[in-house]
Amino acid sequence: MAMTLDTTALDATDTRAKAATDKRWHRYARPALGVVLPLTLALAWELAVWSGWSSGRLVPPPSRVFATILELAQTGELTRHIATTLMRVGAGFGLGVIAGTLFGAISGYWGVARRLLDPTVQALRAIPSIAWVPLFILWLGIFETSKVALIAVGVFFPVYLGVMGAILSVDRKIVEVGRTFRLSGPAMIRRILLPAVLPAYVVALRVGLGLGWMFVVAAEFMGASEGLGYLLIDGQQLGKPAQILAAITIFALLGKTTDWLIELITTPLLRWQDAFRPGGET
Amino acid sequence: MLALDKVGKTYPNGVRALERFTAQIPQGEIVAIIGGSGCGKSTLLRAVAGLDRASTGSIRIDDIDISAPHEKIGIIFQEPRLLPWLSVADNIGFGLSELPVAARRETVAQALARVGLSDKAKAWPRELSGGQAQRVAIARALVPQPEVLLLDEPFSALDAFTRRDLQDHLLDLWADTRPTLILVTHDVDEAVVLADRVLVMRPRPGRLFAEIQVNLARPRDRSSPLFEAVKRRVLTALDRSLDRDVPDSAPAEAVGAWW
Repeated sequence: MAMTLDTTALDATDTRAKAATDKRWHRYARPALGVVLPLTLALAWELAVWSGWSSGRLVPPPSRVFATILELAQTGELTRHIATTLMRVGAGFGLGVIAGTLFGAISGYWGVARRLLDPTVQALRAIPSIAWVPLFILWLGIFETSKVALIAVGVFFPVYLGVMGAILSVDRKIVEVGRTFRLSGPAMIRRILLPAVLPAYVVALRVGLGLGWMFVVAAEFMGASEGLGYLLIDGQQLGKPAQILAAITIFALLGKTTDWLIELITTPLLRWQDAFRPGGET
Repeated sequence: MLALDKVGKTYPNGVRALERFTAQIPQGEIVAIIGGSGCGKSTLLRAVAGLDRASTGSIRIDDIDISAPHEKIGIIFQEPRLLPWLSVADNIGFGLSELPVAARRETVAQALARVGLSDKAKAWPRELSGGQAQRVAIARALVPQPEVLLLDEPFSALDAFTRRDLQDHLLDLWADTRPTLILVTHDVDEAVVLADRVLVMRPRPGRLFAEIQVNLARPRDRSSPLFEAVKRRVLTALDRSLDRDVPDSAPAEAVGAWW
């Protein structure tokens, strides 16, 4: 009997200790888990070059990439390139989102508009967006306008599709609730449709932003004198792989940061969602 | 007074869901509509709610023609249909947007207390159990104080215990303002517990088949012989409405003796 009691007491402490460990694990270890693989790889490569196993000429070690970034930063060049690229993505993303949201909403809300508009949009979507480049350069010149236009086109389609699809999939039963409370057209949009499409809209924005980053590189490949894409081309032509990797690293950082910003702004608006979170809440 | 006059509904595909349905329902009466599937009971309810237009006939409340959702009519569906992005309190206050904020908050707080969910005011709908969610739906429909409350199989998705609980609770709430209740159900027990009058419909095309008065005092004892007798009458009518062979219905005395 005493034995049994003892074990239960022990079990209880065990469980409590385990719960505390679990909590710490949730707070720190789990996010840190994502950094383990890239850090290990970077460290391994650094060691390989340092030990002379590889010259690191074509694939420079992280320390050299980092040094290149510092160097570019000190001359003020890096800030200029980043600012230029950010401006292009910002302008193209903004225009693409506005147009995509507007047309997506029209197509989603009015059946006639959808039948009129959607086939054309879908046909245009089938064209690889890069194919527009020569035409945009002819029409809009080689400078900023054509680049922003290309990015806007890339952003437009996912946003358009996302908004239209979201509106079309709003639950009829929820709309009926709005009808029984005699909501006017604008009230129905504001109080039922907008909140209902918000989760899908956020996803569309994030996909659009990703494409925006993709297309800014394409845009800067076609003759730019500044921007991160220019750094890539410049690094290739002058045989500076460290500069290419530096630009790629910065692209990764900027892309992740802007995506995280969208997430940060929209999370409070989506707290109501009953979402499936594989692997627990993070 | 809710007056239904020869209400009919034919769908564009030619299906006659409802034909010449006529009934007078005085203010404050509880009417249960029961019938086999395809008898047009949901069609009828949606027409009264103004969600679908009847093809023929007229629906009037105190001589106001109903062809679109009306402020005097509230509806509760089979699913709670709460708005997932609003808290429980905001869901209940959804139909009160014209009220000043303070008055709305007050009304919502009272309604929450009335359905016993004061502690859930700030919860999201996803955090509620099925029975709690349906209570919120009932509160949301009752808060604008409709004269007619329509219920489309409101408890059929709930387990037996919760269902009984909510049936009693509904009667409780009904006693506050005594709106007219029109309850579509396929549960004979539910119909006899709640209703003053049971309307039995028959399918293809949907028509009113029989009308049974339930003259039992409330609260009703679900196991009393009188209750059983009324239930039997409803069941018999249902069987007849479906053209089934009906065993000779036992007279009420026999039922009494059996108990």
